[in-house]
Amino acid sequence: MSAYRLELCGVTKRYPGIVANDGISLQVGPGEIHAVLGENGAGKSTLMKIIYGAVEADSGDVLWNGEKVKIANPAAARRLGIGMVYQHFSLFESVSVVENIAVAMSGRFDLPALSTRIVRLSERYGLPVDPNRLLHHLSVGERQRVEIIRCLLQNPKLLILDEPTSVLTPQAVRRLFEVLRTLAAEGCSILYISHKLDEIRELCDTATVLRSGRVVGTASPKLVSAAELARFMVGAELPDVHRDPVALTPHPRLEAIGLSARSDDPFGTDLSDLSLAVHGGEILGIAGVSGNGQGELLSLLSGERTASADMIQLDGQPVGDLPVADRRALGVAFVPEERLGRGAVPTISLADNGLLTAHADGLVKRGFIDRQRVAGFAKAIISQFGVKCTGPAALAHSLSGGNLQKFIVGREISLSPRVLIVSQPTWGVDVAASAFIRQALIDLSRSGAAVLVISEELEELFQISDRIAVIYQGRLSRATSRTATNVEEIGLLMAGVGPAFQTAA
Amino acid sequence: MMRIVLEPRPSPLPFMRIVAPIIALVLTVIVSSLLFLSLGLNPLSTLEIFFIEPLSTLNGVSEWLLKASPLILIGLGITIGIRANVWNIGAEGMFTVGAIAAGWLAITFGGGNHIWLLPAMILAGALGGMAWAAIPAFLKVKANANEILVTLMLNYVAALILSYLVNGPMQDPEGMNYPQTAAFDPSAMFPPLVEGMRINGSIVITVVAVILAWLFLDRSFVGFQMSVGGAAPAAARYAGFNQSRSIWVGLLVSGATAGLAGMMEAAGPLGQLTPVLSPGYGFTAIIVAFVGRLTPIGVVFGGLLLSLLYLGGEAVQMSLSLPASVTRTFQGTLLFFLLAADVLILYRIRIRRR
Repeated sequence: MSAYRLELCGVTKRYPGIVANDGISLQVGPGEIHAVLGENGAGKSTLMKIIYGAVEADSGDVLWNGEKVKIANPAAARRLGIGMVYQHFSLFESVSVVENIAVAMSGRFDLPALSTRIVRLSERYGLPVDPNRLLHHLSVGERQRVEIIRCLLQNPKLLILDEPTSVLTPQAVRRLFEVLRTLAAEGCSILYISHKLDEIRELCDTATVLRSGRVVGTASPKLVSAAELARFMVGAELPDVHRDPVALTPHPRLEAIGLSARSDDPFGTDLSDLSLAVHGGEILGIAGVSGNGQGELLSLLSGERTASADMIQLDGQPVGDLPVADRRALGVAFVPEERLGRGAVPTISLADNGLLTAHADGLVKRGFIDRQRVAGFAKAIISQFGVKCTGPAALAHSLSGGNLQKFIVGREISLSPRVLIVSQPTWGVDVAASAFIRQALIDLSRSGAAVLVISEELEELFQISDRIAVIYQGRLSRATSRTATNVEEIGLLMAGVGPAFQTAA
Repeated sequence: MMRIVLEPRPSPLPFMRIVAPIIALVLTVIVSSLLFLSLGLNPLSTLEIFFIEPLSTLNGVSEWLLKASPLILIGLGITIGIRANVWNIGAEGMFTVGAIAAGWLAITFGGGNHIWLLPAMILAGALGGMAWAAIPAFLKVKANANEILVTLMLNYVAALILSYLVNGPMQDPEGMNYPQTAAFDPSAMFPPLVEGMRINGSIVITVVAVILAWLFLDRSFVGFQMSVGGAAPAAARYAGFNQSRSIWVGLLVSGATAGLAGMMEAAGPLGQLTPVLSPGYGFTAIIVAFVGRLTPIGVVFGGLLLSLLYLGGEAVQMSLSLPASVTRTFQGTLLFFLLAADVLILYRIRIRRR
């Protein structure tokens, strides 16, 4: 009888053209928190899907409590006691939290009883969630709680989490870690997929590092420095962002003046008297816990929702009542939080996804698409932004999250916008790609564009923003220079504490 | 234990687009041969009667194209709609209204031997179908009314209007009280392409429509915008594409093609308006659109296939006196395999051992 809860021996998975996993072996003991560390495309997600039965390995063995098992599908994995929280949640939008959880549970369909269990469990682990709310009203952070609770209800012996902290505040990350430590102390093993080195060093007992589908080593993250881990993972020195000094345009390029709007969503956040100004040459970062009005703000700024004309101004020109197409024509570009389905159409090629927003750049002549130019435009983005793919004909959903994000950011930057509005620029994107995207945003701002970044990752905002403001319950704090504030102060503002929000509502 | 699973391909396999229908055809031949054998028929000769015999004469080919033409034309319009996620189930009604509009011109001006009459009827047919399609488009854009229900119900309204007209205002005064209009004047009819056969000049309209539809869907930016709106509505909103326009274009185009088809039927094989104008073209064209994988070229093949199935079905019923249910079963088998084999373009079959 092996002492390991889970053991992988020589697991290999080939896809046409690539070996996603090449002879991977790793061991996870009971109650161990084990990190799987690696860049995008290193094979982490494939490996986890193999363990969870969502993908079948071509060769190699999976041992569960020392016995060889075939995990044919996720249901079989759940029966063994394996739970998984995906990076992209597998939840149904149109039904309630409890119904979402009920579909994954075996046994009798008893919603009231299940609701009680959900509430009890969420209180026990400090994961507050209302079982009766409809899922599409929940923020990303709240959805993750639903996923975790859904797993925990099955009393897992092994819990797999894929990039779980991408959308959490520092405080929420701490709470999640407490939950995970409690679970581990109760004997549950945890496989923690991430590229966030500080978190791994804080949380994990062991780390298996993957690069290009292979295990390049195992480390005790608590004993090595973040920089060492990073080198291990990337195989090279990490690129660091650099920024030239700011040269601001005399007048703000993008302004919101007393922006107030009721949310379309009965559970959404109304914006009240929100003002901001972004000059050309700078990056304004907006921090905040998800669900505090970021979605509403973004859709108002992009024109997906309209306001009264004067509330939003572009180079002094009122644009609040203009639809998306008109604002884009005036030189505003956007990168939304959702890549698949909003920033890109999953089922069409990268070339066509370029056409999606770059059509005014000479890609359409007299109403007809210039295919050659469209392919050329996509090719240029792919090479300039280092998008890993098979070429302009690759379908958007065949790309990894990070690569698709590089393509979308690259596409919007290639439009040479006067104003770029970006939401969650590096959600779930690996270290190297994140650094690249952040640098690209800085470079764009230094070329004279006004860049507004809405992000829930404080580390990121401090890395790239020139000024930072916090959104809380639909109101925005005064932006402060990055150098005049710190993570603690912003963290307090994110929790609604501070003079900035004490004005009359 | 073995298990058969479908695994998504990393990218669609282009050559499967050609191979999949062949696989479907082979499977259909095998399954239907078993069916025919169980009925005591020779599978080979039955299949020959089904597929070959209808096309063995020039007249057969004429009938084949005559039936395929409206199916293709309507199928093109439906395809354009479905690409934009606009589901037009009301082509039958638009067909009828197009025929009524053209028929009114034919009856009113038929005696004058006007050169402009046929072109005006073509225009009226298209406009009639578009007018009928404008109702669901307006209701969808203004009130978010489901176009599937509205278009479907308008079929019955159109049928009743036609029934009223051929029983009343448009009835042939010298028609022994039959519910039909007077026969159209030759100047209100398409000239036959071949003397003595029913195939006529209207087929040119279908050919032109195929080319236009291909240009629109494959090359035009408006077509691209509509497809994006159908595939990912949030992405279309994000990019600033006009969703209402997509709904209008999707319905008006399918209305125009269906109305044209109705006009072509009235000014072609029918030569008058009768209480029932269409043998279900508007519904069959939905199948044509899907068998054609929602592409204009595919729709051409789909229309030809369904037209052939129709003729072949008639042929075996007549020459082998088979019940209609057998030919329906055969047609269903073929369509089932055709659509099922499409899965192979995006997925591959893997056999796994447990």
